[in-house]
Amino acid sequence: MTTTAPPAPTGAPGAAAAPGTTGRPARRRSASAASAVATVLGELLVTLGVLLLLFTAWQLWWTDVVADRAQAQTTAALVEGWSAPTSVGTSGPGAGPTSAPPPAQTDPGPGEAFAVVHVPRFGPDWQPRPLVEGTGVEELQEGVGHYPGTALPGEVGNVAVAGHRNTYGRPFHEIAELRVGDPVVLETAQGWFVYRATTHEVVRPDQVQVVAPVPGRPDAVPTERLLTMTACHPIASARERYVQHAVLDRFVPRSAGAPAELAGRTAAGGTGAATDGGGAA
Amino acid sequence: MSLYGALWRHLPGPPVVRALLAVLLALVVVAVCFRWVFPALAPSVPWNEGTVGAAQAPSAGPTP
Repeated sequence: MTTTAPPAPTGAPGAAAAPGTTGRPARRRSASAASAVATVLGELLVTLGVLLLLFTAWQLWWTDVVADRAQAQTTAALVEGWSAPTSVGTSGPGAGPTSAPPPAQTDPGPGEAFAVVHVPRFGPDWQPRPLVEGTGVEELQEGVGHYPGTALPGEVGNVAVAGHRNTYGRPFHEIAELRVGDPVVLETAQGWFVYRATTHEVVRPDQVQVVAPVPGRPDAVPTERLLTMTACHPIASARERYVQHAVLDRFVPRSAGAPAELAGRTAAGGTGAATDGGGAA
Repeated sequence: MSLYGALWRHLPGPPVVRALLAVLLALVVVAVCFRWVFPALAPSVPWNEGTVGAAQAPSAGPTP
């Protein structure tokens, strides 16, 4: 602060600042104190800047790494459990491939992963994501979140799900790439529910009617079997929500094998859910 | 006087050892941040939401 404090009464400024005068040590002391303050302040600011960069790296990169790994394990465990002979008995093998979906699914507990989401449009590098009950911070880090109280896969009404568009594995990063007719497949213990994308919209975060049993008409009685995906919009912002609707096309029981939409992506009743990188846009 | 200067002076050993210790300390700081600090801060930043009505309609019921 006082770096320019003049050397008190030593006469001519620019000329000989007499070495022995009392002003010199005091000035040196205050100057060094000021520079020490400036140094420490500078160090703190640089440290803060580095920490902010670290936070950015953590948010944009590390959360993806951790979430991808954890969600792949969840998916693999789910699929493995379903393909085990003991747990297949729930789906009646007599059901035809395009028959009505099986009734009576047990309500998943909070935080429970109960289905796997496949979206072929998102490309071969996109790994199938677990569908977790709940849309809180925790659940959305563990996969795609299912809005509690909305329909379960295949039910009449609206299966509402939410996913990160960025960070934590960013399952819905490419949600805006979905086109009308694109399949979105929910795989459960019973089999595969193949939905087809219909309309999309961009809404404010408080417009919860998009996840109503009949989207946009909160009081209407549902007759269709729908699916609605929500994600933030624009990417890396929370200003709006990108909403994609879909309608159930058909149900494929587990005994019939994976639907053609997933060909080359997951082994039918196979080992793990890793993407094979095989064809299929 | 400076913070990192003081740290450097307090680290023991020859410069090579001090440098290694400094790197180690930095890695510890990064690990603590990644494991505990940043996850605790993350819910407070605004770009981590993809749901509708997260605040007022926990069950996403038909009431808007």
